[in-house]
Amino acid sequence: MNQQTQKRLLGIAALAVVAIVWQIIAEYVVGRSFILPSVTDVAEAFVNLLGSGTLLADTAVSLEHFGIGIIAALLLGVPIGILMGWFRVADFLLDPIIEILRPIPPLAWIPFAIIWFGLTTQAAGFVIFAGAFFPILTATYAAFRDVPKVFVEAGKVLGCDTSFELIRYVALPAAIPAIASGVRIAMGVGWMCLVAAEMFGVSTYGLGYQLWHNYYLHQMPSVVVYMLILGFTGLIIDRIFRNYVDKQLLRWRAGEVA
Amino acid sequence: MGSVSIANVSKAFPKEDGTATQALEGVNLEIGDTEFICLVGPSGCGKTTLLRIIAGLETPTTGSVAVDGHTVTGPDPKRGMVFQEYSLFPWLKVVDNVAFGQEMKGVGKEERRKTADHYIEMVGLSQFRDAYPYELSGGMRQRVAIARALANDPDVLLMDEPFGALDAQTRNHMQKELLSLWEQTQKTIVFVTHSVDEAVYLSDKIVVLSPRPGSIREVITIPWPRPRDRTSAEFAEVRRRVLRMIDESESTQ
Repeated sequence: MNQQTQKRLLGIAALAVVAIVWQIIAEYVVGRSFILPSVTDVAEAFVNLLGSGTLLADTAVSLEHFGIGIIAALLLGVPIGILMGWFRVADFLLDPIIEILRPIPPLAWIPFAIIWFGLTTQAAGFVIFAGAFFPILTATYAAFRDVPKVFVEAGKVLGCDTSFELIRYVALPAAIPAIASGVRIAMGVGWMCLVAAEMFGVSTYGLGYQLWHNYYLHQMPSVVVYMLILGFTGLIIDRIFRNYVDKQLLRWRAGEVA
Repeated sequence: MGSVSIANVSKAFPKEDGTATQALEGVNLEIGDTEFICLVGPSGCGKTTLLRIIAGLETPTTGSVAVDGHTVTGPDPKRGMVFQEYSLFPWLKVVDNVAFGQEMKGVGKEERRKTADHYIEMVGLSQFRDAYPYELSGGMRQRVAIARALANDPDVLLMDEPFGALDAQTRNHMQKELLSLWEQTQKTIVFVTHSVDEAVYLSDKIVVLSPRPGSIREVITIPWPRPRDRTSAEFAEVRRRVLRMIDESESTQ
């Protein structure tokens, strides 16, 4: 048996043990599905939800919220991070503003998200943006400050005569690995904000909304289904991103992971 | 063409407390076209600073540097530079590293890769053209760095202890290769080293700098043909002379 199969088998065994223990505790120790739904309760709820067809729709809505937030955070966070990391004046100018806004918990923006955008996808997207923007900004900023001086000087003697050329051809490629790590962190934060934003009623669809809605209905097995789907979707997003970064952007860094 | 004229160059680096460190003081030096010059001197004498001033990466506090009569005001591809640290762009393949200067000039992809291939062949790394820098050894990386500088067809090639991080054997080999490249391309080379042996082996003229603030202490012309025999008596004699000069100036500091 090679190590890969061994790893996989042991992983599956561990999951099976957890499921069995969970089932026993839920059924024989707790005995109330409302307090702790059993594995079979959750499976049944999952099948029912699949049948009703809302599961996919809610996942799609959540991904839409998430996409709006992350894309907006990238579009603003990366350029501002570049400006602050490259031009000292921009750093001095923007740093105080950023430092005041950054510690505000993203969820504290929920009231204004609703007032500014109403109960729309944009409102949920805005809360995710508030969570993802700062990790992306600070990672980009730090990555640009850390670009080795010798690369910049090599760029200059090889004919990059403007800041734009130095950023585009030297600093940005050098900074990509660190920016990618920041984006990964930002996506984790954004995913958390997504659930909160939807739970607080910024939207009337989505996985987070359904989780909360089922809690009101006291459908605890369904709540667990949504919890698991949220976890899995987050995991899959992270894996896809990591794969993409490793294969497309970081072929030049053998064996390293964003 | 590539004659370099250094006129009365001084350089002071300001310090936090308002005073300044005087790195160079009144340096005058004429370097002829196609000459191979080595700058040597005690640590901290400003030889790298002088090289960086020629490159345009530092501005002199007083005086000026002119290449073929044109005053240096900033970095320019006409003055190629090979750095001591590994300076290849790790995200680019060897071929694209070497083609980088051409890309900045706006040369099309096909053509610049052709030029790059020519120089990659010249440094003997054709089979590594599609490799990334992390796949290369230290000596190979510096060969690519030399190819990258040459691909811009510079007037002057500036080299800042380019073989300093290599082991002795690779270093000797690289020195031989550099001489052959120099003969093929007919570039003016200004080479900073702290190895007197390397300087005697390579250069037409050894420029010995005095300790900080660096100024020119002596210029030793070495007329022998190449390849030179490191074990010969005359080689040892020049080496001893230069070493004594550096030692003396260090002990009188």
